[in-house]
Amino acid sequence: MKRFMAFVRKEFLHIFRDYRTLIILFGLPAMQILIFGYAVRTDLTNAGIAVLDNAHDEVSAEIIGKLEASEFFEIKFHLTSYDGIDEAFKQGKIKEVVIFPENFGARLTREGNATVSIIADGSEPNTASLVTGYTTAILNDYSSTLTRQLTSAIPVINPEVKMYFNPNLESHFMFVPGVITLILILVSALMTSVTIVREKEFGTMEVLLVSPLKPWQIIIGKVAPYFFLSLVNVIVILLMAWFVFGLPVRGSVALLIAECMLYILLGLAIGILVSSSVDKMENAIFISFLTLMLPSLLLSGFIFPIENMPKIYDYVSMILPPRWFVEIIRTVMIKGGGLAVIWKETLILVVMTLFFMALSARKFKVRLGEGTK
Amino acid sequence: MPAVAAYNITHRYGSVTALDDVSVTVNDGELFGFIGPDGAGKTTLFRIAATLMIPSEGRMTILGLDTVKDYRELRNHIGYMPGKFSLYNDLTVEENLNFYATIFGTTVKENYRLIEPIYKQIEPFKKRFAGRLSGGMKQKLALSCALIHKPRILILDEPTTGVDAVSRTEFWEMLAGLKSEGITIIVSTPYMDEALRCNRIALIQSGKILGIDTPQKIRDSYSQKLYAVRHAEKYKLLLALRSVLSSPDRENPAPGSMLHAPRPLPLATSAEPFGDSVHITLPPGTAPGDIISALSAAGLPGATITETTPGVEDVFLELMKREMS
Amino acid sequence: MTDQKVIEVEKLVKKFGSFVANDNLTFDVCKGEIFGFLGANGAGKTTAIRILCGLSRPTSGKVLVAGIDAARNPEEIKKRIGYMSQRFSLYEDLTVTENIELYGGIYGMRMKEISTRTADLLNRLDFQQYGNTLIRSLPLGLRQKLAFAVAVFHDPDIVFLDEPTSGVDPITRRQFWEMIWETAARGITVFVTTHYMDEAEYCDRVTIMNEGKIVALDTPAALRANYGTDSIEELFVKITRPKTAAV
Repeated sequence: MKRFMAFVRKEFLHIFRDYRTLIILFGLPAMQILIFGYAVRTDLTNAGIAVLDNAHDEVSAEIIGKLEASEFFEIKFHLTSYDGIDEAFKQGKIKEVVIFPENFGARLTREGNATVSIIADGSEPNTASLVTGYTTAILNDYSSTLTRQLTSAIPVINPEVKMYFNPNLESHFMFVPGVITLILILVSALMTSVTIVREKEFGTMEVLLVSPLKPWQIIIGKVAPYFFLSLVNVIVILLMAWFVFGLPVRGSVALLIAECMLYILLGLAIGILVSSSVDKMENAIFISFLTLMLPSLLLSGFIFPIENMPKIYDYVSMILPPRWFVEIIRTVMIKGGGLAVIWKETLILVVMTLFFMALSARKFKVRLGEGTK
Repeated sequence: MPAVAAYNITHRYGSVTALDDVSVTVNDGELFGFIGPDGAGKTTLFRIAATLMIPSEGRMTILGLDTVKDYRELRNHIGYMPGKFSLYNDLTVEENLNFYATIFGTTVKENYRLIEPIYKQIEPFKKRFAGRLSGGMKQKLALSCALIHKPRILILDEPTTGVDAVSRTEFWEMLAGLKSEGITIIVSTPYMDEALRCNRIALIQSGKILGIDTPQKIRDSYSQKLYAVRHAEKYKLLLALRSVLSSPDRENPAPGSMLHAPRPLPLATSAEPFGDSVHITLPPGTAPGDIISALSAAGLPGATITETTPGVEDVFLELMKREMS
Repeated sequence: MTDQKVIEVEKLVKKFGSFVANDNLTFDVCKGEIFGFLGANGAGKTTAIRILCGLSRPTSGKVLVAGIDAARNPEEIKKRIGYMSQRFSLYEDLTVTENIELYGGIYGMRMKEISTRTADLLNRLDFQQYGNTLIRSLPLGLRQKLAFAVAVFHDPDIVFLDEPTSGVDPITRRQFWEMIWETAARGITVFVTTHYMDEAEYCDRVTIMNEGKIVALDTPAALRANYGTDSIEELFVKITRPKTAAV
């Protein structure tokens, strides 16, 4: 028994003296609680919506007033025609449009039955379901108040829900863009850092440095295959999405590929930066996972909409490349938006890429570091 | 112009001083050895020479070029073989050699003549993955890769460590063969016996140079006469000798005790095990015969004592002790 | 060295598939003996040692370690031996004292015994100031000496040393061997492998392995006389060179 205890004690000491195990044991659970606790909200606040009031009567005005007053919604546009809808969705400013047909009020009071069209942004299925659910609840709430006033048949408001971009509200519309984001950054950043650090670990890096090969040749040479292979990866995923799920690319394919290339470059630059900071492959993997995969998964808007998170998470996610890329991919792939819509996000990625490239160029040493032994 | 010149090199890693005011010159075409154990600073010095590190203090020139300022030019003329060989384990012998030839802007064919005596021993295995070679074969491949671009100077960091005795011998024979090409070679090794194969050597320990000279002159520098004492019971012999040499009363030596810290012998005497004998130096006024009688009296009859030529290791020990006191 | 045998090996064979790593090894080791095990890498030394340590079972043959049958009770063997290897000996992120106490605990020593012995050990090695130092901060020479002391801390019957003095400076190497001698004088058998041929001379008897077989086994003096060489190194090269196909 004593032997066993002696061994257990040693294990505790190892755990407390290694920063990596400490992070996994304590840092991760804390992070997950914070994220899941706050980020995952199944309630809605201030979701942007638009209304198209073709009825212009008291009833529609009252319902719109209720929508306005509720904390769940914020009416961003009072549309006057169907024209603005597509653009508004593409720009991502609104999550749904509520459309009241002509004679809405009349039909409701006289026939006891009227339809309201709700068109939701299906590119984010989770949000879409939430939003339409809340809207329907408000409509039902309203009709129940009406019932008390009238003595004849119970009026019913029929919500006619359509999912824009994603008619069948299929979840893979959400997943495929997210998966592309995740895989690209993982492959380009993780694999790049590992391959460079491996040379360091095996000692072959020394000989390369001493050779006539210029540092940029070494880096680009290491990184080029991954660039190429990542692109192949993307194409395969897109093809699979098309053939297996029937997921199309609504926007320009060329634009999509170009954005992917940009994103891959960014991942590669991050990978090079990581590799110049660590000496062992296992550390490279650890850091890549910790700083890239987890935040990408949880804070990029891939699974949990950023709008639902407290403001601070929103700010934090701004420094995460995946957040911007998910937006770009969704817009181009599913909403069919063009560069005009996503120029802001693209610019941010370009700036990030240049920043990381400059940083890693400075850090990559032409010689072995001081701490090397 | 010396092939290698180090001027007061000091290098620190944080609070640890790896090299302490090291100055050394190596002549053109010399086979120069740096002899010292692990942690002596050999790898650090060689990395500075290979332009991979900038020394904390001091400077070094190789072939007249400064290792810090002219590193780009210098890297074309250096053949570097770091410790652990640094070959690509998942590439074949052939592929490794071709790779190194290409990045140095040459082909295997161009300088094959130079590596032929070495490479042809592993050529039958040219399609084998480097990771699956024995230590001796890796050594030969690494040397070939370092030579393939016809460098003017070879920097070999512990090329014989972890390799069996036979391969070690063969390796030094290969190096001797290279000298005729006029390539300057600096080698580091922890094996003292390999020192004899060099033109000149530097003894290095704990970042300091203990001595620089030809192996022969180093051996001659041993300050006293050295004797080898032999007896079948080696441990008892060692203890008894220490006792005898340190006790004022040689006729009645005190029995030895557990020795874990070096037992202080009076200055100018020493008793160190060396293989099948114990090398001792005699205090002034003691004759070899006195030792034998003292040993007999201590219960070890039949011991023999002969004068012996000091080796590099004897000198190393002497210099180390002097440095430590 | 006494006549009592602590290791008895007779016709030991170890195969990995069709590859014969140990080919009919036969030898005995006596209590308190310092037994040297020489041979090139890949000759089969490590395989044999693993079997003697109870880490691997022989394919066939008789192997008795401290009277225990290695084929049937390898676990029992582990309690009676100590082990120190070149690649790993002490935990770098634990202190000197923590390492000692850990191994003491693993080998079932009582707390009181551990603390008295620890103090004693630190004294003898002149290590008192290093009690709370992390291993990774110690220079190599000190580490090796400490590792050995820890390996025999629990008074095993036999201690196995795998290239214990590799790369260590000449002074420390000799101090290390004095520790080995002193240990053997206490009755602990020492089984050591080394690449330093002069260290072969420090052993009572030496065996040379080549390609799975024992090609020489005797006292260093007798071996030199037999092969007509001045040193064990010459002898080694003489025996192994013609047979070395893998260059």
